[in-house]
Amino acid sequence: MSAQEYAFLVFAVVGGLSAIAVVTARNVVHAALYLVVSLLSVAGVYLLLGAEFVAWVQILIYVGAIVILFLFGLMLTKAPIGRDTLDNQQRGIGALVGVGVFAGLVFLIQEAFPVQDAVAFETVQGSTDVIGEAIFRNYVLPFEAVSFLLLAALIGAIVLARKDDAS
Amino acid sequence: MNALAAEGEVVYEATTNGLWFVEHAWVVVVLPLISAALILFFGRRTPGKGAVYGIVAVGAAFLFSLGVLWHFVEGGGPFEGSIDWFTIGPLHLELGILVDGLTGIMLVVVTSISLCVHVYSLGYMHGDERFTWFYVVLSLFTAAMLTVVVSNNVIQLLVGWEIMGVCSYLLIGHWWEVKENSNAAIKAFITTRVGDIPFMFGIIMLIALTGFTSTNIGEISHELGLGEVSPLFISMAAILLFGGTVGKSAQFPLHVWLPDAMAGPTPVSALIHAATMVAAGVYLIGRLFEIFLEAEQWVLTTVSIVAAITALGAALLAIVQDDIKRVLAYSTLSQLAYMVAGLSLGELGLTAGFFHLFTHAFFKALLFLGAGSVIHAVHSNNMSDMGGLRKSMPVTFWTMLIGSLALAGIFPLAGFWSKDELLVVAEEEHVYWLFVVFLITAVITAFYTMRMVLLTFFGEYKGHAHPHESPATMTGPLVALAAATIGVGLLGSPQLGAVFGQWVFYEEVHEAVFVPWIALLSTAGALLGLFAGYALYKERKAQDPLQAPMGPLWNVFQNRYYIDAFYMRAIVLPVRDTWSSSVNWFNQVVLDGIVNGAATVTRAFAQVIAWFDRTVIDGIVNGAGEGAGKTGNVLKHLQTGNVQWYAVALFVGVIALAVVFIELV
Amino acid sequence: MIRLPLVLMFSALLFSAGVYGVLARRNAVMVLMAIELMLNAVNVNLVAFAASLQQMTGQVFALFVIAVAAAEVGIGLAIVILLFRTRESINVDEVNLLKW
Repeated sequence: MSAQEYAFLVFAVVGGLSAIAVVTARNVVHAALYLVVSLLSVAGVYLLLGAEFVAWVQILIYVGAIVILFLFGLMLTKAPIGRDTLDNQQRGIGALVGVGVFAGLVFLIQEAFPVQDAVAFETVQGSTDVIGEAIFRNYVLPFEAVSFLLLAALIGAIVLARKDDAS
Repeated sequence: MNALAAEGEVVYEATTNGLWFVEHAWVVVVLPLISAALILFFGRRTPGKGAVYGIVAVGAAFLFSLGVLWHFVEGGGPFEGSIDWFTIGPLHLELGILVDGLTGIMLVVVTSISLCVHVYSLGYMHGDERFTWFYVVLSLFTAAMLTVVVSNNVIQLLVGWEIMGVCSYLLIGHWWEVKENSNAAIKAFITTRVGDIPFMFGIIMLIALTGFTSTNIGEISHELGLGEVSPLFISMAAILLFGGTVGKSAQFPLHVWLPDAMAGPTPVSALIHAATMVAAGVYLIGRLFEIFLEAEQWVLTTVSIVAAITALGAALLAIVQDDIKRVLAYSTLSQLAYMVAGLSLGELGLTAGFFHLFTHAFFKALLFLGAGSVIHAVHSNNMSDMGGLRKSMPVTFWTMLIGSLALAGIFPLAGFWSKDELLVVAEEEHVYWLFVVFLITAVITAFYTMRMVLLTFFGEYKGHAHPHESPATMTGPLVALAAATIGVGLLGSPQLGAVFGQWVFYEEVHEAVFVPWIALLSTAGALLGLFAGYALYKERKAQDPLQAPMGPLWNVFQNRYYIDAFYMRAIVLPVRDTWSSSVNWFNQVVLDGIVNGAATVTRAFAQVIAWFDRTVIDGIVNGAGEGAGKTGNVLKHLQTGNVQWYAVALFVGVIALAVVFIELV
Repeated sequence: MIRLPLVLMFSALLFSAGVYGVLARRNAVMVLMAIELMLNAVNVNLVAFAASLQQMTGQVFALFVIAVAAAEVGIGLAIVILLFRTRESINVDEVNLLKW
């Protein structure tokens, strides 16, 4: 266990607990705030793995935009502030399924990459210019496609959300 | 005849003028057949209601028959011709004619009397509602009788025989609205049928003689001539064939139908029951004579006994009858028995028997038609309603007188010659008991004949009708027949050469012999009878003069010796009441029960199947539908509309698949 | 320096939490948040493998995923707002017109 691994474990525990808190919180705003914590810890994991640009984009977009969107959404839809039942009747099955998925995935991981034999890896270069090179050299087409997607989403969101005129 | 021929030897002229008629003798049969069809289809629309076809046809047939007879008068020989009808296995059936002297005289008899009856019926049946049908059956009957007479094979003879039976039934029951008439017709038909059954067996035996290859009479005779057949066989065949005669010619014990057959119209009685149909039985014996001669003697003896019983018994019954037609009916029975007895005397008897048939046909038809004329005038059959009619109906009186004298056997009328012949033959054959029977019967015949004439034409008329002479259509035939009666007898008289014997004979011509003492004896007997009749009946009395002296015998005679009653009690009633009803019960209850039972079982079975179809099969079909519905009803709950529920299902499925794949891989 | 399976297990945890949230949360926005968690788990996986295999592909892919997630959240919230307009409530339970 190296130092990075310890740091990772800290981030992982925090991130995991807050993720569970997101889905079990009684207060919707609390859930959103727990989501922030979870996303921040994920960003920290990115940094530890050497993906600086991705980590920065994670914070910028996810925490800075998406969570704000969530909060606005909660506000506009008069989300119940305060304690309320936020779960439906499928809690039991949902928990089962969740645990099942987790168990399955862990089993798979154990099969594929046994912890005992795992070898730590060197970090990679994740700086902006390296990413930029990769995108604009090898993956320019997906990049363009994603930009189109964003344009469509933008137009779509406006179309969907505007108020219809009386005519 | 060729003068150089030895006595008795038969020599035939090669060709005669009448040969053409003989070769085409079938025309005589076909003419009345065509007229029957014409009257049937067109009679109603023809003026005169179709009688003219019958008269023309039978008239033409009569002239043709004279042509046929002319051939034999000129000395011609017999002729046979036939066409193949069809073949069953080895048996050949043919349609053909066999014309010899016997056929010739029979043709003349049948056509002439049929012609007289056809003309007579114009007057007698005038205004009858079934006038046209009467003539149809009359013509058909004539055709059938002619078929019997010209037939050359036993099956064709049988066909004509049976058609005659049917026509007799139809004509006796012409006025069937009266129950007695239809009863009489049925009685006639069934009684002759009883005689026809042994007759048919006899025919089968005859066909068996040829090994079942032919029905031809000539061939049957040929087989007999070969001498290989056992006498018992021939005797059985002969006695069975005689059964037909007993039925058709009304001999004891099947005589019971003839008196009752008088219920038919008088022209019918004249034609069928006096001259022709009843003569067919006698003709049968003549045509198949070889068989009777080759049979053992007991056959002919039986025939003689039956004939004798009939002759005497019937004559006695004729004495006590009040109905004029009944008198004539019993007289016919008696005279027929004469003919049969004559034939039973053997070869010599053939000529004599048929000569009597020939003469009897004419004077009996005359008597019947005369009786019909009287009945038509007085509107009653009973002689107690008649009397003194000779002044109001002179033609009828004189013609009937001639007929009656002929019947009694008075010289020189026809009856004398024929009865005399019979007596001569009986004496020649030394059958003396038959001779005595003939004589006694002749006396009685004369007696009742005189009685009949006196009661009908003499005395005073005490009835309520207005008798007058009948129209010319009725008296014309009477006169013609009277002339025939006078003239025909001479054909057989030995003094004039006995020409008749040259036409009708068996194997060789027999010279007719005039035996004076027999002639005297028969004339004396006849005169005795006439005087006795005159003595008793010259004055009309309230009660029949015989009734008192006969005492209880009178009732026996009136009830016809109780033979009819016996038949009724012993045969008719048991069959009708016991047998028929038990057979009917069996049919209604058992047979119909089986059939209905089968239907009920099938229906019950059908119910079971219907239940099965309704419950099981429809259950399956409906159940399939309902099952699908219920399954759907259960499965629809998966569609909760809740997206998260769908997501749960998705994830569960994915996990399951993952597990499966991990295990497999 | 970090062992790969540990990272993967972390991502599995995030993913499972997201699955539970998708299945069990009543509020539509909560469901969207849970979906974000799942996307994040995927991103962690991608980056981990990128580091493990010393390639840039994983990180580039993770960037794209983030972009798409953002777009998706925008559309999703637009739909939720529409839903709220018509029904005055965004309980996913009550959106069940396709129920039998």
